[in-house]
Amino acid sequence: MRSKLNFFSDEKFRSIFFQTLVIGLFALGIFFIVQTTAYNLEKRNIATGWRFLTDPAGFDISFSPFIDFKSTDTHLDVYFVGVLNTLLVSVCGCIAATILGFLVGIIRLSSNWLLVRVAYIYVEFTRNVPLLLQIILWYSILIQLPRVKQSLEFLDVFFISNRGIYSPRPVFETGFSYVFISIILAFISSFFIRRWAKKRQDDTGKQFPVLSSAFGLIIIVPLILYFIIGSPLSFDYPALKGFNFKGGMVIRPEFIAMFLALTIYTAAFISETVRSGILSVTKGQREASASLGLKKSWIMRLIIIPQALRVIVPPLTSQYLNLTKNSSLGIAVGYADLVHGFGGISLNQTGQAIECMVIVMATYLTISLTISVFMNIYNRSIQFKEK
Amino acid sequence: MKKLLSILAVSVFAFAANAGTLDDVKNRGFLKCGVTTGLAGFAAPDDSGEWAGLDADMCRAVAVAVFGDRSKVEFITTTGKSRFPTLASGEVDMLARNTTWTISRDVNLGFEFVGVNFYDGQGFMIPSSLGVSSATELDGATVCIQTGTTTELNLADFFRLNGISYEALPIETNDEGKENLFAGRCDVYTTDASGLSSTRAAAADPSKWLVLPEIISKEPLGPLVRHGDHQWGDVVRWSLNAMIIAEELGITSENVDASKGSNVPEVLRLLGVEGSYGEMLELAPDWAYQIIKQIGNYSESYEANVGPDTPLEIARGLNALWTQGGILYAPPFR
Repeated sequence: MRSKLNFFSDEKFRSIFFQTLVIGLFALGIFFIVQTTAYNLEKRNIATGWRFLTDPAGFDISFSPFIDFKSTDTHLDVYFVGVLNTLLVSVCGCIAATILGFLVGIIRLSSNWLLVRVAYIYVEFTRNVPLLLQIILWYSILIQLPRVKQSLEFLDVFFISNRGIYSPRPVFETGFSYVFISIILAFISSFFIRRWAKKRQDDTGKQFPVLSSAFGLIIIVPLILYFIIGSPLSFDYPALKGFNFKGGMVIRPEFIAMFLALTIYTAAFISETVRSGILSVTKGQREASASLGLKKSWIMRLIIIPQALRVIVPPLTSQYLNLTKNSSLGIAVGYADLVHGFGGISLNQTGQAIECMVIVMATYLTISLTISVFMNIYNRSIQFKEK
Repeated sequence: MKKLLSILAVSVFAFAANAGTLDDVKNRGFLKCGVTTGLAGFAAPDDSGEWAGLDADMCRAVAVAVFGDRSKVEFITTTGKSRFPTLASGEVDMLARNTTWTISRDVNLGFEFVGVNFYDGQGFMIPSSLGVSSATELDGATVCIQTGTTTELNLADFFRLNGISYEALPIETNDEGKENLFAGRCDVYTTDASGLSSTRAAAADPSKWLVLPEIISKEPLGPLVRHGDHQWGDVVRWSLNAMIIAEELGITSENVDASKGSNVPEVLRLLGVEGSYGEMLELAPDWAYQIIKQIGNYSESYEANVGPDTPLEIARGLNALWTQGGILYAPPFR
């Protein structure tokens, strides 16, 4: 009896005991959920398994910019189309929301009374109206654009209607790959020039025009190469034929509605993050740099932003995660994302609800964790490095 | 510990097991019936907020068979996507929701189709101003389509077979389809021909819309229940059959009382004067009499909801009795 008591008064033993107990109960809970589900599925004669993934889907997906999808392709292909569409709207949304968010955040700290008010109203309005309503609002506006036969025309090559925005599609001919390679090489060499210039400035104090030389490398050199090879690029122009425009490139209203709504909604949150980040840098920093004679734009770029980023990046990460997860609302306007295509149509046509949902959830988890990993790496790189 | 585990396991499984649906419905005091979110003629609230339509009548007929009261039914709206999980989870006792009877739904999803209350087929509706007269001329068109339906699969097959291209615009409900078609976001709306007639009737100017002559699929629509509860399946099946047999025998809601004195044996059996068919189904002896009295026979329900005199203007066609050139046929009542 005594020895038992002693065991429990041992802190290490106690903590291991309770942790094992909690994990055990948790595993038991999971076990029962799985068991009950399997039992009920069997009882209702609902077939389970992953076989359906290799069955032909039987339906068409129109919005598939990366993969040429046909109705004879499998449900697994539906999944990939969905993942790519989810990533497309998420990546576009994250980039645009970051730019807009930084802009609005900085505007809110400016001294222009009108701009500050407008930014304030924008932030408070979009933050406090449910995202789903905003998506539907944008879609309802876009669908009221002129019909396809009465499309708005710009320069005879851009057409806007409620079927989307049609524009010429670049067609790369043989030889264009050289131009493409030269652009990539230009980017790589610009990166090294920047490193070299920084080192030179640290050593000698002399500056090197990095921006203009990078511009020359990335734009002018490939351009010259392009003309030397003989303009290996043509355009496929959209033309109204029958029911729709044929040829060209199109951005669908479903995508535009999702992109606008996600960007505008998330940017409002990001702008607040940016504002708080900038305000977190003490006034003394600004005054000290001003007294050193730095230009106003330099103070922002070299003193304020690097310190503000330490505060901005962690909440920014969670905004990126929110945006990606919110893209699943695409189902409201028929945007063919992961939830709509695989988690909706495939689920419904095959009836494999649990399998489809498990896959969809695992995919969102993977995407979210990947974003977190990269943002954490970036976050670590901008933290104070104590010497 | 082992004992505790087994108690836990038993309680979990006991929770999952359910009694017969008929008993559940009787104990609850009303029927839960899954219908569409609103498809005029099949199931949609009328001017006074009462659900009306061919499918709504099907629900009411079952409620009458069980309770003898047409009002003892709760209508639960389901979308094309939500209907099957709603039925499978037991949230509704039956579906009467323009649902096509297919092998995969019957077998793989674990449901049981108990009959057909409307023989339909998939068609196309376009603005008449497009000047198209056949579905094969639809190359390149944008087509609005309800997701999670058999029509979605038929559509892909049809265009593939004919080697013409199209762009699908997936939508969730019939209302969304209407909105997109009327706004010109899509050129064509495709669904069951009956649904098209219903949509066309709801347009501001129906004459501006055209239903193309092609019917590209078989769509037998009927009520369904969960697999494995045969007693309940029988109740729903014979509620439908009773309405069809009543039409065959010429019994209507008006002459049903007089028919009780008929000398035709099948009439007497149907109305519960002879035999104990109600008892076999665990229903009241006059269950079929009440259905005919309160709802009417199949023809009355059809003419009142979707027939030529309604805005839908759908002729009987395939849905006429087998004796009158259609394929409506119920097994004998004996």
